[in-house]
Amino acid sequence: MRHELTLRIGPATFRIGSAWRGPIDQLSRLYAVYPDAAGAIADFTVRLQPTSAIRQWVRPSIFITGDHGLADAAPMRLSHGLLAAEMGMNLQMALGWRRHLLLHASSVEKDGRVLVMTGESGSGKSTLAALLGERGWRLMGDEFALLDMATGAIMPFPRLVSLKNRAIDVVSGQVGEGRMGPLLAATAKGDIRHMVPRADAVARMDEGGMPALLLFPRFGHDRDVRPVGQAEIFMRLTQASTNYVALGEAGFTALTRFVRGVPARAIDFPTGDDAIAMVERLWEEMA
Amino acid sequence: MSAALLVRALRDPASVAGLDAAGWNGLIAAARAERLIATLAVQIEGLPVPDAVEPMLADARLDAAREARQALWEADRAAQALRALDVRVVLLKGTAYAAAGLKAGAGRFIGDLDILVPRDRLDAVEQALFAAGWEWAKPDPYDDAYYRQWMHELPPMIHATRDRMIDVHHTILPLTARPRPDAATLIAAAEPAGNGLYMLSAEDRVCHAVAHMLADGDLQGGLRNLWDIYGLLAEADPAALDRRVAIHGLAAHVRQARRLAASLYGAGARLTLWDRAVRARLLARDGWGRETRKALVFAFFVRSHWLRMPPLMLARHLWTKWRKGHRPQ
Repeated sequence: MRHELTLRIGPATFRIGSAWRGPIDQLSRLYAVYPDAAGAIADFTVRLQPTSAIRQWVRPSIFITGDHGLADAAPMRLSHGLLAAEMGMNLQMALGWRRHLLLHASSVEKDGRVLVMTGESGSGKSTLAALLGERGWRLMGDEFALLDMATGAIMPFPRLVSLKNRAIDVVSGQVGEGRMGPLLAATAKGDIRHMVPRADAVARMDEGGMPALLLFPRFGHDRDVRPVGQAEIFMRLTQASTNYVALGEAGFTALTRFVRGVPARAIDFPTGDDAIAMVERLWEEMA
Repeated sequence: MSAALLVRALRDPASVAGLDAAGWNGLIAAARAERLIATLAVQIEGLPVPDAVEPMLADARLDAAREARQALWEADRAAQALRALDVRVVLLKGTAYAAAGLKAGAGRFIGDLDILVPRDRLDAVEQALFAAGWEWAKPDPYDDAYYRQWMHELPPMIHATRDRMIDVHHTILPLTARPRPDAATLIAAAEPAGNGLYMLSAEDRVCHAVAHMLADGDLQGGLRNLWDIYGLLAEADPAALDRRVAIHGLAAHVRQARRLAASLYGAGARLTLWDRAVRARLLARDGWGRETRKALVFAFFVRSHWLRMPPLMLARHLWTKWRKGHRPQ
């Protein structure tokens, strides 16, 4: 491919090839504090290629694929190339990673113990992780939490944090422009801006921790805290995992241990500040 | 050319010792694109490879083991669904290789479940599968009529809860193709594969794999199909194969498959000009896993339809498909 970049994030190395320079330049800038992985053997290849020969130049249109792809993936505009690259890496992980149980969850760490937050897109898990990461917690990741099947630890996967719509202003005001990516307006999920994790979170991206609390956050509701039964947790986490089925018995064993061992709560909150106060209190009580 | 790198690694696993990082990246991307990563992982198991590579190969071997387990379970479910019919159910392709523990099955990617049943029992088989939870995968009246009138199989079915596809064949090439393999003797010569199921005889397995690759398809996934053939040839009796090939009208295709398999995976062979075109098509894959040689690939796509249908029928079919928005990859 004409332009390429190799990135290592936590345990996974990605070789990203692009028909256009723009997305690679943006990735280089935003991943500048990550280790230099040029010339490494990559776990995954990501390709940003034109949907047809002509669409490289005329109304450029990106098809995201790689080692693992989806035939019906929607094409994207070149101006959203950074998002395309991020989605490409997500796609490889979601479909191809086998070395951990993948949970679609954000995670932050304090004193070697990990808070895991999972929920649908828009539940606030990314925003909450980003905000906590600025307030004394270490951000471990906002997209995937990697559950080590041998030790039960959660391993970091601290990619750029993807902030959507109203969360953009809330977070960018706190971290400063220097760690923010370009505004990607009117994507399929609304406006998106990426945030670079703190340098110390990146520096410690090989260091895991034992899970101590699982939360199911829900943004936009009155404050509420509810217990969640283990059977429901198990079902929700199997649905939040893209490789649970592929891992077979090892995945079942790891997930069962996680569900039995980690206390869990569902929390509703109207604002970010409420959420942080609720999380900090639950952490004191339960973790 | 990374497909050439992949072929070399399968033919001579020790050759991977000389690869640098770029070589490994190209090899792995091509192997994944050709769905040969687990086959490669099985072939080079035990050889020293870089630390970054070993976990990828281990993952691929585990995936293949899971696929084989799933495929055998799906075969078991089909056997259960069809048990009362007293029909010979013959497993085809990957599932058969896994059931029999064949060389061609080691690390092989297994997609759908393919079975062969007598054509005069198709209706009963269809009804029994419906009763056991299978349904049409993509109901389309044109496709349905087309499959039933002209193809060698029913339209694909999918299980409502297990989400796995089954292809029910009544012979091994479309009815419109020029060679006419003898479906009745395929089924009559089939061998037990356990659990009340059957698989084709060693020689008919070669005939089927060759028909599928060279007399029918556009050579998508051709490196994998040729790897199957290479393994299946080693397990077939040459004299018996000659007899079966004559019955099925596949002599020229099997001769070509022998030359190609020897050229790519074996000790080498003298290739004709036509063989070289096929070989070039098979190796059209770059170090990013992309298909190259677009014109050649498209030519083989067109040819696959040409082989399947008389010209007028082909024109009508392509026109209908085009209007429905279908475009070749």
